[in-house]
Amino acid sequence: MEAAHAHAHDDHHHAPAGIGRYFTTTNHKDIGSMYMWFSLIMFFVGGFMALVIRAELFQPGIQIVNPDVFNQLTTIHALVMIFGAVMPAFVGYANWQIPLMVGASDMAFARMNNWSFWLMPPAAALLVGSFLVPGGAAGSGWTLYPPLSIQGGISVDMTILAVHIMGASSIMGSINIITTILNMRAPGMTLMRMPMFVWTWLITAYLLIAVMPVLAGAVTMLLTDRHFGTHFFNAAGGGDPTMFMHIFWFFGHPEVYIMILPAFGIISHIIPTFARKPLFGYASMVYATASIALLSFIVWGHHMFTVGMPAAGNLFFMYATMLIAVPTGVKVFNWIATLWKGSITFETPMLFAIGFVSLFTIGGFSGLVLAVTPVDITLHNTYYVVAHFHYVLFSGAIFSIMGGAYYWLPKWTGHMYDETLGKVHFWLTAISFNITFFPQHFLGLAGMPRRIPDYAPQFTEFNQISSIGAFLLGFSQLLFLYVVIKCIRGGVKAEAKAWEGAEGLEWTVPSPAPYHTFETPPAFH
Amino acid sequence: MKKLRVIAGAIAASLPALALAGYDVNIPAPKTPISMQIYGLHMEILWVCLAIFVVVFGVMFYSLFAHRKSKGAVAANFHENHLVEVIWTLIPFVILAVIAFPATRTVLAMKDASNPDMTIKVTAYQWKWQYDYLNDGVKLYATLSTPRDQIGSPEEHGKITNEHYLLETDNNVVVPVGKKIRLLITANDVIHGWYVPQLGVNQYGIPGFIKDTWFQANEAGIYRGQCSQICGKEHGYMPIVVEAKSPEDYAAWVKEQKAKQAEAAQPADKVSMADTTAR
Amino acid sequence: MNASLADRNALLARKLIIIACVMGCFGLALVPFYRQICEATGISQSRVVAQTASGSIDPTRDVTVEFVASNSNGLGWTFEALNPIVQVHPGVVTTVRYRVVNNTGRKVIAQAVPSYAPSLAAPYFKKLKCFCFDQQTFAPGEARDMQVVFVVEPDLPTDISRISLSYTFFDITAEAGGKG
Ligand code: HEM
Ligand SMILES: [Cu+2]
Repeated sequence: MEAAHAHAHDDHHHAPAGIGRYFTTTNHKDIGSMYMWFSLIMFFVGGFMALVIRAELFQPGIQIVNPDVFNQLTTIHALVMIFGAVMPAFVGYANWQIPLMVGASDMAFARMNNWSFWLMPPAAALLVGSFLVPGGAAGSGWTLYPPLSIQGGISVDMTILAVHIMGASSIMGSINIITTILNMRAPGMTLMRMPMFVWTWLITAYLLIAVMPVLAGAVTMLLTDRHFGTHFFNAAGGGDPTMFMHIFWFFGHPEVYIMILPAFGIISHIIPTFARKPLFGYASMVYATASIALLSFIVWGHHMFTVGMPAAGNLFFMYATMLIAVPTGVKVFNWIATLWKGSITFETPMLFAIGFVSLFTIGGFSGLVLAVTPVDITLHNTYYVVAHFHYVLFSGAIFSIMGGAYYWLPKWTGHMYDETLGKVHFWLTAISFNITFFPQHFLGLAGMPRRIPDYAPQFTEFNQISSIGAFLLGFSQLLFLYVVIKCIRGGVKAEAKAWEGAEGLEWTVPSPAPYHTFETPPAFH
Repeated sequence: MKKLRVIAGAIAASLPALALAGYDVNIPAPKTPISMQIYGLHMEILWVCLAIFVVVFGVMFYSLFAHRKSKGAVAANFHENHLVEVIWTLIPFVILAVIAFPATRTVLAMKDASNPDMTIKVTAYQWKWQYDYLNDGVKLYATLSTPRDQIGSPEEHGKITNEHYLLETDNNVVVPVGKKIRLLITANDVIHGWYVPQLGVNQYGIPGFIKDTWFQANEAGIYRGQCSQICGKEHGYMPIVVEAKSPEDYAAWVKEQKAKQAEAAQPADKVSMADTTAR
Repeated sequence: MNASLADRNALLARKLIIIACVMGCFGLALVPFYRQICEATGISQSRVVAQTASGSIDPTRDVTVEFVASNSNGLGWTFEALNPIVQVHPGVVTTVRYRVVNNTGRKVIAQAVPSYAPSLAAPYFKKLKCFCFDQQTFAPGEARDMQVVFVVEPDLPTDISRISLSYTFFDITAEAGGKG
């Protein structure tokens, strides 16, 4: 073990000084931290775009940005949030936590780990920088449907390139994660005794390896259609725009689960910790995660009910989509059963976890509504869908990321964060989140389409409520930044086991976790 | 009036049950057999979800309240119960089956565009709609009729005075009430979506392909909708206005349109068709 | 043990890379796969070639066929169906005509693409002759009537009583190498 580790990366025992080390570091903790900071920056970049969008939608008429720029903002906002904020955050957590949780000294391929990270900033620069090229950024929506995306300018090519780079980064990251999990667990840690976060990431990493290449193929075909005279998606040459949708959503639906499975993992650690009770139904959690992942490959058509598929297609995708609600429900029931007869306290991570369970479930309900084909047909591409995916992505993925940050900050920094400010941050976030997104259900039901810069006057009131909520929500996140920085710079010293109810190998090493941990595999029982 | 709506909205936002009170916070009044079924389905699912929500979160919040450490709760140590786990896996299946059954009926009905009374071909353009009445020979283009100076620009704010701001067209699609109208939807350039909520229709138009769907308005009236699929800069500015009239009024309208078309076709046919890109 | 971990890791990584490559190929393979499905179900017909009718006639049944004409982006010429609605008995060979007037002022090479509604009817609609089989070249100002000779097969499912066939003309002058 010792020697493999020496092969794997530079043989230093303390963190080298200086900023320069980050360019070459192969240390999983350094890389994890870089992913997290990258994610946080992208979260604010994407958030800024969201606020411009909400400001424009504060009232009917065009006030702030012209319709072209508006479309570009919605497109890049989505891509930045998905590929720049949510996914890298989870990869960052994987980097920090998985070696600590399975008792490995580092990730399996430390050098590749560094590359995976350093691919991200150039990709982000391409995405965000595409606003500056003539014609502005891609404005076809993040789904890049042709022929609209064929019409776009050079920025579409930049977006495609960015997607390729980030896809490559994700695949490299996934190979690293799977290998670490499968080959480098502490002796005695069988698969069915792995921490839930490790399990969810194992499955997520397989999903990534399965679908990122498919996305790469789809956007490559887009590229050749744009520049090299192919006709994959153009009826004139025997192609079909609908085919792009099929391939895109074959990637797209598993992708949404890529963004939620690690969240399930994080929540499955926080709740037992603060209920001081083991996770209920561990085995069924694992099976539920696996079945969600498998089902996610056969439901893509629910994004295409208005394409005009034959009835049999619509019915198949409706049934399959409804099925996915079952394992999702099982998870929620398990979390609640974990709370049951616990000894519950409400530190900030727990607040975020409870917020997650409640609000994510609302997103699950709206998902069920949308799963029903006839209802989806009347709600497709309206604000109802926008509300749905923000309930699952913001109060789902992002809540778990924030809860996870509060939960593990003591381990990462060696200090306790400011509990009062953390709680304030939670309540501000939870309340303004609902003010922002709950009214969007009504807008969608009433028939307001998504991705429009201007709307009919009867939609004004709910849009105003939503915009006010959005600004509150956006600025509340600055508090998060403040709490994190404050926690890094000092605070009450954290114990090795920072939380009374915490379980797992990561809590056996000191806080902050030393630069090198588990150079000899720990005993696990 | 506006204030009232804001307050109502705020209350509704906090109490989902109130969402049922008015159409402002729900699917707009359905006007076709299909959209009525959709409306019913949505209500059914909404109630099911609310019921589950109340039960599940009742349990959760009870637990959060009763099993707090500050109240001296001591943690139990159970972590599985196969019977319970099997039961709560099976119950959702039953609930889903109950929803799936009527939904299947509606899906089949929506797809059944056979035996229509008339067919209208809809062609979407960036950014307008073209309607061809295959049986009656009427042809028309519909574009946004809200004056541009109301919409404004980033520099100058528009003043909105039209009641149907953004949801009005120069030529409405007129259809007879009570007749099954089949739509053949396609597009000229990029994908668009023909979406009128009250008629229960939302269908992409895809260049090179026709897709059929149908509706049957059972009440005279004006039904408004918009393009539902992002189609470029003016995506927000291509409304759909359907005017359902009695069959007699519809016949009169057709006559009037044909007279207009005949008049327009006389001298100018070739010229108006000329390609603007011609050199 | 040490070396074996590195080896095991490398082996596993290689397997995972293979999975990724296989999935990449799978993504590309979705294209022909999807075409097959579409062709089988009739949603689209990429290779349009002359078909033959099976021969039998069902005089007891009437099927309505609607012919529709569309232009794609940038083709501002006149394209219309001269027999927009026809009634046929399944099995009877029928001819309808479309007219193109190339009033664009330049030479245009164009390809017509057929599409059916309901798409499930497509396999039962046989085109014996069609202007959509080949690229069509139109001189500036040219007006031309073009034929579609077709048969609706008698085994058309009984719940289909109306078929719409749409042709969309795409301007492929640039790609076909023609200069206007
Ligand atoms: C109970 C589980 C879920 C069901 C039944 C469900 C169902 C659906 C359906 C039917 C749509 C299509 C709506 C439309 O475009 O008309 C949709 C959209 C979407 N869902 Fe879900 N969903 C579920 C969970 C999730 C989760 C967990 C996530 C992500 C974390 C998610 C993210 C999204 C996103 C991003 C979209 C919109 C994509 C787009 O059009 O841009 N969903 N969902
Ligand atoms: Cu999906």
